[in-house]
Amino acid sequence: MRRDIVLAGLVVFSLSLGACRRKQVPVAAVPLTPSTASAATAATGVDRSQFLRDSIERARTDSLARLASTGDAANLRTALEAAVRFDYDAAEITDDGRAVLDAKLPILRTNMSVRVRISGHTDSRGSDEYNLALGLRRAASARKYLSDRGIAVDRIDVVSFGEERPAASGDDEGAFEQNRRAEFEILSGADALRMPR
Amino acid sequence: MRRLLQCLVAFVAYGTIAGAQPGVRLGLMYGEGGARPGIYVLPVAGAAGDSIRAIVMRDLDFGDRVTVLSKNSALPAPVGAAAIDYRIAARLGINGVVQIGPAPGGVSMALYDVGGKQVLQRALVPLPAATNTAAWRLAVHGASDLCEEWISGTRGIAATRFAYVADGRIWLVDSDGANARAITTAGRALSPAFRPDGQAVVYATLEAGGSAIRVADLRGASRQVLEPRGLNISPTFTPDGVAIAYAHGDDFGTDLFVIPASGGAPRRISIGRGTDNTSPSFSPDGRRIAFTSGRSGRPDVYIADEDGTNADLLAALSSSSQGYRSSPDWSPDGRAVAFQSQLAGRFQVMVISLRDRVVTQLTSDASNEDPAWAPDSRHVVLSSTRSGVRQLWVVDTETGRARQVTNMPGARLAAWSSRSGS
Repeated sequence: MRRDIVLAGLVVFSLSLGACRRKQVPVAAVPLTPSTASAATAATGVDRSQFLRDSIERARTDSLARLASTGDAANLRTALEAAVRFDYDAAEITDDGRAVLDAKLPILRTNMSVRVRISGHTDSRGSDEYNLALGLRRAASARKYLSDRGIAVDRIDVVSFGEERPAASGDDEGAFEQNRRAEFEILSGADALRMPR
Repeated sequence: MRRLLQCLVAFVAYGTIAGAQPGVRLGLMYGEGGARPGIYVLPVAGAAGDSIRAIVMRDLDFGDRVTVLSKNSALPAPVGAAAIDYRIAARLGINGVVQIGPAPGGVSMALYDVGGKQVLQRALVPLPAATNTAAWRLAVHGASDLCEEWISGTRGIAATRFAYVADGRIWLVDSDGANARAITTAGRALSPAFRPDGQAVVYATLEAGGSAIRVADLRGASRQVLEPRGLNISPTFTPDGVAIAYAHGDDFGTDLFVIPASGGAPRRISIGRGTDNTSPSFSPDGRRIAFTSGRSGRPDVYIADEDGTNADLLAALSSSSQGYRSSPDWSPDGRAVAFQSQLAGRFQVMVISLRDRVVTQLTSDASNEDPAWAPDSRHVVLSSTRSGVRQLWVVDTETGRARQVTNMPGARLAAWSSRSGS
């Protein structure tokens, strides 16, 4: 994750260098030492890319929460099945993940017959075998979040597919991000989903 | 030249001693300036003669211990040793001549020492009557391995197989890339490992509710060792073949366990305290185990006693490593461990010598993963994207020479059978 931030920072840094050139401002005129300059720009880069990512995720999770509170059965189902995303080589629930899981809680509490299976997945960068363990840790982490909030553990199965079932193909950060996930499959009780009150 | 010839004789004389010391680097000590013996395989008479000659020449070439002189057709086919023109052979850089001919029940094979102007070794190699079948090819590979032992003192590795994963199935393929066949049906099979006798393969299958461990014989008849409950992955046989080590995962992390191959109660061997521990590989004496563990916060390779105690980091962290190391495989001679290490965002295969803990980088071209040792503790099979798609390749750790084994996109997670698989 740290590498991603630094990379994003570098991208912003080089973009701003490009902008400087267009404005014909000599780089040497910047009154900062190179290291301070890059550190300062990197910090801005973190803010900006984080802001972008946050706002995209917020829109997604807001709509999930809306679905859960106002939608019909199909929307409830969508909220129940929404995937949780993870950082690189991590199984901790992120803020975004928390919002996705929180949207499921009222539906699971209202519909006691619903059973789900959480499958953990990874991006393609690690070792095939170790990624199976990481995928399981992600699924278990999502289950623990729900069970800590009152959902019975025996209503939730966990399984891992590691990097064996990618959601997106490709060897870029976009694909990696989509593949680091826990998917939710409704095993039973999906036919008559009731709205949470 | 005389010294070269004396070396060849010394080689063969040394053969029996070297046989007891696998991994001795005789091949490179040959002759002056590290030259290898030049070997010429005479044309083989009989209906399958051309096939036999082609297989033996390629096997000797793949063994990386001799130089196969294939373009020299100047030698007349001899009737007996006296008919070989040793003088011309020597002038052509030939140190040894291999003569194979039809014999009752198989072929006769002889090795002539050009310097000593005499036959050094002679044997009858039984072959199945039906030519060009899998069993027949394996028997011819066995002849190649015997010939390589005559020449270099170390038995060859041609009469072996790879097991690997492609398209969700477990496949077997002969060491020369011939005869690829699936032994499991469609599904998600992973991580094959040979039983030490080479006659069965243990593997994991990912199923809807969990993953199972199964054992299949070479024809594909399989039985379940562990049912698909929780995560059961990366199985490997213990060196005595009586038990299977694997990684089992649940809500509390993934740890290593051992279960009798015939079934029974699992015994836990790693205490990961909620971390992930996978990919076990035993030392040949079965007393130590190498594995991948995330106990330090990122995946790395550890060595522990067989009961999981005394776990140590295998290799010190280096500045070039980004700290993701995994998938160890202990060499059959016990002297080295191959593993993969992430460098510049890609995995490369490394070999660490256990005597002095010196790490050597074996690959640098594209991405290279899943190393597994040959029975000669010299060659390594791995999956590499160097041709554009993931395929199995064999790399010689002495020379770095690489050859592609499979022609099946996505081939990975290979295991190398023992020689006794023949």
